[in-house]
Amino acid sequence: MSHPPEQTHIDSVGTYVKILLALLVATAVTTAVSRVDLGAFSTVVALGIACVKMLLVALFFMHLRHSTKLTRLVVLGGLLWLAILLLLTLTDFATRGILGVPGK
Amino acid sequence: MADHAPTETLALRVQFDTEAQQKDAATLGMWLFLITEIMFFGGMFAVYTVYRSWYPDVFAIASSSLNEIIGALNTGVLLLSSFTMVLAVRAGQLGQQKAIVMFLILTLLFGGVFLGVKAYEWNQKFEEHHIPGQAAFHLDGVLPGDQGHAQLFFSIYFAMTGLHALHMVIGVGILLILIVQARKGRFSASYYTPVDVAGLYWHFVDIIWIFLFPLLYLIDRHLVK
Amino acid sequence: MITAAAQEREHYLNASYGLKSWLLTKDHKRIGLLYLATITLFFFIGGAFATLIRVELLTPQGDLVSSETYNKLFTMHGVMMIFFFLIPSIPAVLGNFFLPMMIGARDLAFPKLNLLSWYLLVVGGLFSLYAMLAGGVDTGWTFYTPYSTTYSNGYVIATALGIFIAGFSSILTGLNFIVTIHRMRAPGMTWFRMPLFVWAHYATSLIQVLGTPVLAVTIVLLFLERVFHLGIFDPARGGDPVLFQHLFWFYSHPAVYIMVLPSMGVVSEIISTFSRKAIFGYRIVAFSSVAIAVLGFLVWGHHLFVSGQSLYAGMVFSFLSYFVAIPSAIKVFNWTATLYKGSISFQTPMLYALGFIGLFTIGGLTGLFVAALGIDIHVTDTYFVVAHFHYIMVGGALMGYLGGMHFWWPKMTGRMYPEGWAKLSALVIFLGFNLTFFPQFILGYLGMPRRYHVYPPEFQVLNVLSTAGASVLAVGYMIPMIYFIWSLRYGKEAPANPWGATGLEWQTSSPPPVHNFEETPVVTHGAYDYASLMAEEAEVG
Repeated sequence: MSHPPEQTHIDSVGTYVKILLALLVATAVTTAVSRVDLGAFSTVVALGIACVKMLLVALFFMHLRHSTKLTRLVVLGGLLWLAILLLLTLTDFATRGILGVPGK
Repeated sequence: MADHAPTETLALRVQFDTEAQQKDAATLGMWLFLITEIMFFGGMFAVYTVYRSWYPDVFAIASSSLNEIIGALNTGVLLLSSFTMVLAVRAGQLGQQKAIVMFLILTLLFGGVFLGVKAYEWNQKFEEHHIPGQAAFHLDGVLPGDQGHAQLFFSIYFAMTGLHALHMVIGVGILLILIVQARKGRFSASYYTPVDVAGLYWHFVDIIWIFLFPLLYLIDRHLVK
Repeated sequence: MITAAAQEREHYLNASYGLKSWLLTKDHKRIGLLYLATITLFFFIGGAFATLIRVELLTPQGDLVSSETYNKLFTMHGVMMIFFFLIPSIPAVLGNFFLPMMIGARDLAFPKLNLLSWYLLVVGGLFSLYAMLAGGVDTGWTFYTPYSTTYSNGYVIATALGIFIAGFSSILTGLNFIVTIHRMRAPGMTWFRMPLFVWAHYATSLIQVLGTPVLAVTIVLLFLERVFHLGIFDPARGGDPVLFQHLFWFYSHPAVYIMVLPSMGVVSEIISTFSRKAIFGYRIVAFSSVAIAVLGFLVWGHHLFVSGQSLYAGMVFSFLSYFVAIPSAIKVFNWTATLYKGSISFQTPMLYALGFIGLFTIGGLTGLFVAALGIDIHVTDTYFVVAHFHYIMVGGALMGYLGGMHFWWPKMTGRMYPEGWAKLSALVIFLGFNLTFFPQFILGYLGMPRRYHVYPPEFQVLNVLSTAGASVLAVGYMIPMIYFIWSLRYGKEAPANPWGATGLEWQTSSPPPVHNFEETPVVTHGAYDYASLMAEEAEVG
């Protein structure tokens, strides 16, 4: 029907402590790594670490790993729509002048 | 007559059939609100993406004028506040009324520290003449012809951290209301939904900062020593 | 207003009296009526601006108003009609009223949030109205930079703030609908037994939730730019005004689907009822609503073809724009197939639904014209575009709204409207509409620019025809106002199901009880089971 199952998962304090420590370590790592010359990869690494932190917060602190499929679909939808906004906008700003037509 | 509960309780309003249905509806509603926030901040992330791709070198220099150690420590403070927030929710799940209050207060304190540090940082920018739109704007290490592009970085910096700070302030307001309600014993193991959904909001604002920190503070720091 | 018979029975209108019982109501049905009053007011204000525009355009010279004033007129006409009438219209009035009933629920998931949504629309509308009365805004409803951020002396911030606030009304309504549809369907009401009106509102709500926040942040950036001179859209500092246009249209294109999708839902209900036949291809029509919502987000750059956007992006957006026409066309085909061999009757709601199909098709096909890069170079910013979108918004969305109002008026009020007058005004509206807007296709193709209060003398005949049409149209809109109000006191009492329609809302009394149903319904068949209904009638009769 339209009534979902009840959630009774209660995570331990220890779990949350581990996630917090991972997040703090990741913050230190991303700060340190920014000083290393990785060329174009710097941005990829920085965003990658940020995505890992986001996943840790979402899955554990926001209880997404215990959530319904619908909730997870909603989150994915939001992220997909952000991607549409960024990528389709870039079809303009990343391609000005590449076709060699004057003024375009 | 209609076959619903004759009186409403906090945990079972008249439009719902079961408490589980109501709780799930509230959670789904908050998640939907959070994706509206993804799109709301998303517009500013789009602006950032465009101008960083157009002016990468100037953005790197401008980024290095921010103190990344303070930024990293402030990020840690915000992460700590998320930790105490989820412990408040956990206390709600267990019906530990005093612990709910304590963890909400801790979250509030960490949030306050974060905002205080941001105020300090903004003041730094003011003193260094890094406020866009002002005649006295000047960023060292950047040619006169590129000063405008440097202003764009700081426009984005203030717009995004300002919008984030506004969300933090709203979060602080929500926490204050919850603390008052928690102290009056409003929450229990069978009804702690407001704490739960407020937690989702707080963690989301934290996630925004998780992205703002590297995107604003850590642009190609290896280039600028 | 309440008949003697209805007065004995308690329903949502007589269950409580007094201003507070309305202004603090949590009943989705009352909130729907609050919205009805509000958007009707905004419609007439927007219409007043349109009247002044059309009167000015009777002559080639700018003799009624100055060019500055004219700029304010078309801006405020657009702002009022789009943000404060069309976007809320069907979802806030008919959606609020009937969505819970159609799925067998007692109310929406968040009734207090629903009331807040109404207050937000009122406050937003008042802000924008204040701006209009204090001196007006002249940027066009599109607020393009740098005029809006730097050079305009009008009330930009106040108007934009009003739109910002109203945007949250829209977001919260969409959020409420999505949660309600997912979590509050009655036993047996599976997704594919829901009326297509509900599917249409689900798709609309997705757009409201995903798109409106981008408009909100765009307004924030506009505000920051105008007040703090940040430079984000300032070319002198390396900014790009076209970026504003991208962000603005990311919402504003999907917004047109917010305006038309609910109408399509109404049309599905009316066509099936007055053909006494299930909608042909129910699942395809349901999926097409969602497809329109999704594809509608991928085409916004077709508003930027001549703006300075890269040619590559122009090609991408033009290509994608052709796709979004497909699900709309599917609906038109399916409605037509529903009519085939149906048992058709031509009551007023059906007249509006048929009008919708014809006029929306013209509007939609001309959309394909402007989606072609080459043609758009010629007709962009001309009256061709103005005609195109008015065929969809007025010929389509507004006709659907009027059809829905007539269809569900008996249920909402317990009264029938006078059928003769209603048919007459539908005809007057149809004729007035075409006389107003068809000449504009020709004017645009011949080169008359939009947003100009002067034009070359050779365009006068077509302009006069258009203004004549507008006066007929205005009369057409006045008549229903009068007879709807008249019917509240003098209209024939309405039975529970005056049209013999399927759908849960028709199984309850007219007007409905406070909690919609005496007992929660249990659903055992699909949405348009006219076959069973007519079999039952045959048995009894």
